[in-house]
Amino acid sequence: MRSLWEYANPRLFMNWTGKALPLLWVLGLGLTALGLVWGFFFTGDDFRMGSTVKIIYIHVPAALMAINGYFLMFVAALIWLIRRQPVTALVGRAAAPVGLTMTVIGLLTGAIWGQPMWGTWWAWDPRLTSFLILALFYLGYIALWEAISDPELAADLTSMLAIVGSVFAVLSRYAARFWNQGLHQGTSVPVATGNRTVDDVFFIPLAISMVGFFFLFVAITLVRARTEVRARRVRVLEAKA
Amino acid sequence: MIALLLRDLRLAVRAGGGFGLGLAFFAIIVIMTPFAVGPSPAGLAALAPGILWLAALLAVLLTLDRLFALDAEDGTLEQLALTLPLEAVVFAKSLSHWLTTGAVLALLGPLLGVLLSLPITGMVPLFLALLLGTPALSFIGAFGASLTVAVKRGGLLLSLLVLPLYIPTLIFGASVASRGAAGLDYTQPLALLSALSLACVAAMPFAAAAALRASLR
Repeated sequence: MRSLWEYANPRLFMNWTGKALPLLWVLGLGLTALGLVWGFFFTGDDFRMGSTVKIIYIHVPAALMAINGYFLMFVAALIWLIRRQPVTALVGRAAAPVGLTMTVIGLLTGAIWGQPMWGTWWAWDPRLTSFLILALFYLGYIALWEAISDPELAADLTSMLAIVGSVFAVLSRYAARFWNQGLHQGTSVPVATGNRTVDDVFFIPLAISMVGFFFLFVAITLVRARTEVRARRVRVLEAKA
Repeated sequence: MIALLLRDLRLAVRAGGGFGLGLAFFAIIVIMTPFAVGPSPAGLAALAPGILWLAALLAVLLTLDRLFALDAEDGTLEQLALTLPLEAVVFAKSLSHWLTTGAVLALLGPLLGVLLSLPITGMVPLFLALLLGTPALSFIGAFGASLTVAVKRGGLLLSLLVLPLYIPTLIFGASVASRGAAGLDYTQPLALLSALSLACVAAMPFAAAAALRASLR
């Protein structure tokens, strides 16, 4: 039996991701499509929010993956600094633009929903603010990767930024709560208490869509990481030639 | 370490090290504000704590890219790394950065507050907020500066990296200043602000030293 770490060896990584990707794509696209189509066309309107409730099927999964994407970068940074597995650094790099996209989708769909519901596109509510801050952290991380040409050094520095950034991102979240009281409703799917405020009619397609977004995120990130591995191989070959 | 601190202080004050420039920048932002938002005292007083904090933030940021870049360029940083632990180097440099920007800004802030019709009751809280909050700015900034040592012309990148890290400090600091100006109790945000500063002073030299070590390798 192989140790888990060996799968981060670039050749093995290319091997197993190549096999896993078709399945991930099918799960990601299939479940996302199922969740969205079910949610959009086969559920009723909410009695207060009308048809705007349907934006939840994009908004919540995107927000979920935006936060998990940053968490993934944090874990990848730790693994890189501790075990120096080159592929983990690349996965962190590959995940950042995807996570940023999810953050922007979350912010945009939230604004589109907020306009008719709250009567405003934007409010400096703690949740909205923390998401905006999250987008800034993603931007800084991506910019630092782009700015440093030496791949090893770039991986080191961005990992440190991701770790320190995570601490400050969490800190900013609580500071923002201290600074302004919220408009955003509490979470619809509290994992800890289990007191769902969403009825099953809405929850089941939402859960499907969340799982779909998760697989989609993993698939896109892996494709990006594979591209990066190949790009490095090309660079090595060019350097040899 | 003390010798390094004194050297950096001397460099900052004498060699046009941006000491005066940062302060002048702070003053000029405050002076430009009324032209942008109008001269009405009530309006200015409402904005004063926020503007002063924002100006302090930018003045600190402006002087950050000199923190390690010049010493890294001519090899001084490598020499320093041979004689002292890098953590100590970062600490001394951040401290000298704070003494030449943050500490002076804290003294200057209430004075410039007069120009923005900051109420008299708000002077002491503003001074305290800047005095206790700017160490966090200098030490977080040192981490940002250490990340961009390896980047040529890293000034803009530095602000993109550092400003998001400044958000909690800004929130608590500006909250102390504005609550103080409104005559409210400001001990809670002041305590949080000081805690943040102390944590940054304690932890950031290690993060920054790790980043410098990677860049020097």
